[in-house]
Amino acid sequence: MQIRVNGRQHAVQAAPDTPLLYVLRNELQLNGPKFGCGLSQCGACTVHLNGKPIRSCVTPVSQAAGGEITTLEGLGGDGKLHPLQQAFLDEQAGQCGYCLSGMIMTAAALLTENPRPSDDEIRQALAGNLCRCGSHLRILRAVKRAAEAMA
Amino acid sequence: MAERVTPVMERALSRRRLLKSAGALVISFSLAACSRGEKQTAPPAGSPAAKAPASPTPASAVVATPTPWIPTNAVRSAIDDKSLDGWLAIAPDGTVTVYCGKVELGTGVRTALAQIVAEELSVPFERVEMVMGDTAATPDQGYTAGSKTLQVAGPVLQRAAAQAYALLLDLAAERLGAPKDQLVAEDGVIRVAGNDAAKVSYGELIGGKQFQQALREDVTVKPADQHRVVGQSIPRVDLPGKITGKPSYVQDLRLPGMLHGRVIRPAAIGARLLEVDESSVKDIPTLVKVVRNGNFLGVVAEREEDAIKAAKQLKATWEQVENLPAMEALRDFILSQPIAQDKEVARQGDVEAALAGAAVRLEATYQVPYQMHGSIGPSCAVADVRDGEATVYSSTQGVYPLRGALAQLLGLPEEKVRVIHVEGAGCYGHNGFDDVAADAALLSQAVGKPVRVQWMRHDEHGWEPKGPAMVIQVSGGLDGQGNVVAWDYAVWTPTHSTRPGKQAGNLLAGQLVDPPAPPAKNSNTGGDRNANHNYAFPNNRIIAHWLASSPLRQSALRSLGAFANVNAVEGFMDELAAAAKIDPVAFRLKYLTDPRAIDVLKAAAEKAGWESRPSPNPANGSGDVVRGRGVAYAQYEGEYAYVAAVAEVEVNRQSGEIRVPRVVVAHDCGIIVNPDGLKNQIEGNVIQGVSRMLKERVTFDRARVTSLDWSSYPILTFPEVPEVEIVLIDRPDQSPLGAGEPAISPVGASIANAFFDATGVRLREIPFTPDRVKAALA
Repeated sequence: MQIRVNGRQHAVQAAPDTPLLYVLRNELQLNGPKFGCGLSQCGACTVHLNGKPIRSCVTPVSQAAGGEITTLEGLGGDGKLHPLQQAFLDEQAGQCGYCLSGMIMTAAALLTENPRPSDDEIRQALAGNLCRCGSHLRILRAVKRAAEAMA
Repeated sequence: MAERVTPVMERALSRRRLLKSAGALVISFSLAACSRGEKQTAPPAGSPAAKAPASPTPASAVVATPTPWIPTNAVRSAIDDKSLDGWLAIAPDGTVTVYCGKVELGTGVRTALAQIVAEELSVPFERVEMVMGDTAATPDQGYTAGSKTLQVAGPVLQRAAAQAYALLLDLAAERLGAPKDQLVAEDGVIRVAGNDAAKVSYGELIGGKQFQQALREDVTVKPADQHRVVGQSIPRVDLPGKITGKPSYVQDLRLPGMLHGRVIRPAAIGARLLEVDESSVKDIPTLVKVVRNGNFLGVVAEREEDAIKAAKQLKATWEQVENLPAMEALRDFILSQPIAQDKEVARQGDVEAALAGAAVRLEATYQVPYQMHGSIGPSCAVADVRDGEATVYSSTQGVYPLRGALAQLLGLPEEKVRVIHVEGAGCYGHNGFDDVAADAALLSQAVGKPVRVQWMRHDEHGWEPKGPAMVIQVSGGLDGQGNVVAWDYAVWTPTHSTRPGKQAGNLLAGQLVDPPAPPAKNSNTGGDRNANHNYAFPNNRIIAHWLASSPLRQSALRSLGAFANVNAVEGFMDELAAAAKIDPVAFRLKYLTDPRAIDVLKAAAEKAGWESRPSPNPANGSGDVVRGRGVAYAQYEGEYAYVAAVAEVEVNRQSGEIRVPRVVVAHDCGIIVNPDGLKNQIEGNVIQGVSRMLKERVTFDRARVTSLDWSSYPILTFPEVPEVEIVLIDRPDQSPLGAGEPAISPVGASIANAFFDATGVRLREIPFTPDRVKAALA
């Protein structure tokens, strides 16, 4: 099976029903998408499929084949930081950081759909992404900052 | 732990205070440096760290690790915490490698400890590399816990760096032929003042060689007013890698030839494994082995998804047992349990006589449920056990205590086991990280290859050690003028620590294997934390009833017993204030004598715009939504940081939902070194505190935990997060105190008190879920 990830084509060995997450992490050795729950409940595994956020822990790799998959590693492009990544650094938006890949990927999809979201819209867009350290307010500020930077 | 320092000593700007002031930093730091983060690289294939310490590198040849996240080449010939060389080494290129027994748990200590060393050595921050938590490289500094890392490790590293600095000056004086008082050190180079040509770098002086000096206590450290690195908001070194997808966690570690393991836990707590039908998984393509040892059951496969599938599909028959009490009768169960030890925490005056003579007497029972740490990343470890040696990569809070427990479990001598800390997802105390290390070690031992185990979400929710349920009974008396004349407080609690402590019996796998490890001996700790208060009551009695056991396996959860005790102490203070018809802030101020306590309480009230009046709120009419505000105060452990919190709540009387739109915290943890880092920690305390107060309860039936995912154990989500306003009270003349967990407890209690203010009804059992609210208001 072939999948296209961060602009490059990869032949993968996984069975078609394998969750995309394990293919990305183990066959492609990517670290951005994280295993959090395997249940589509926490958002740590969020990647983009054709620009839309999906939960890679419950998405079979066969469903993603043929589409354009983007992970945290491919978000900025050419080794540059995406404005969201820069904003997360500027706001020091994180403690342990395990949820951040999912936060950034979800927020990136939001800003594509809605470049100037209100505070409430950001909160709603991130409602399905869990953070346990309590970095929420910094993450909200970072998304706001990135939206302004991208405007 | 941290010694108390008298005000006189404080004012003297003593060495100890300076040491402690540096130590304070770490707790609060959360800021990160891109420059260092960019150095992060993937772990090299065939990493030397994958080998047990069979061929140690001489300490003099140690090269600084280029990867902040894993010490691949940190092995040292000798680990000696009594010698300067045990703590740091300077390479020919001037890189300073620090060997620290404390570890990074996501709070920023890797950054802050490096700042302390850079400061004292006068080297650029970027030149300091931290090796943290490796039994082949770092001294044994116990556990990284209790909001005390910087109070303990900061001063040691500061002393070591200051001693090294003085020795470098000696060497430079000799080399340059100039008296020491004419030497100037900057950026790792020592010059003769007024002669730019006469200079020598640290690398030239000592690079690759040992100091060969005993670690000294009597060293001179930089005065605080000369600090250039300490006191700065240096951004966190780990964050750039984390937001770009560089390997940063034990979950990201990949060793050559590594297999994937998963465990299958008993179907009921305490159940024996009767039968395993291995034919049920024979169709799994890359399955390597089904591993059974007593009641320990696991699978190993080449592919992770196959290990997951095998664990799900494996047909195992477990004994049907029901060892748990009825969850809804947990209070009665706890109160009827055998007491292992009664401890009188405090006693002043004659409580019984005072209660008997009180004009008003109140009694209340408070309760907290089992709650979980709730890491977003389930526990994970990688182990390589073969040829009589073991190397285990773990996000443990204590590499040495875990090493001893693993050695016992694996039947290996301790010196043949190396435990290397690699960061995991935030843990907030003792969660499953030690247990999963044992799982990985047993599975690796069984297959003779490196094995990575990550728990599934249901493993984490079901089997991580929980913060224990507790019950508190408190009585109080008022005289005719509304003064407190008696306070009688008793807490029922098991110990809050079952950390490994070099005992395999404290590891889940150690309890499951056949024969099981010897039962662990754990001292009674944590449950009486903040059972005492610092209100000046004439008659006061505090008792801790230490329970002999806990139905669900328990261990340290952020702030330990303080969360329950502060909720009870501050809730009951509120009850007495309401009975006395006195404003809750004014009522507390009557009994506080410590000026720092008074200051935080007043600061929080002022910032919140506190309206002085008794609770409940007379402005609430008969509408569905009622509003209230509540206050709570505590000094952590009765001797550390002072925190006051004011919460505002909105209660929907129809739906039972509580919304917390705003929380104000006033915080005094002594001298503040990094205000933004401190705020990051306080924000985390607020959000986790609101979550635990409103939403969190581990559920169980008579056999097992039943809250096995985020829908059955919900935590606070973005739409529910309050605005947080923080007042930092800086005390440059006071020693620094930890900030990792003191705020969570007063935040929780302030919500309970705000609920009472809004509704006139007191909730005493956490969490305040809509069903409980509706029942209470019905």
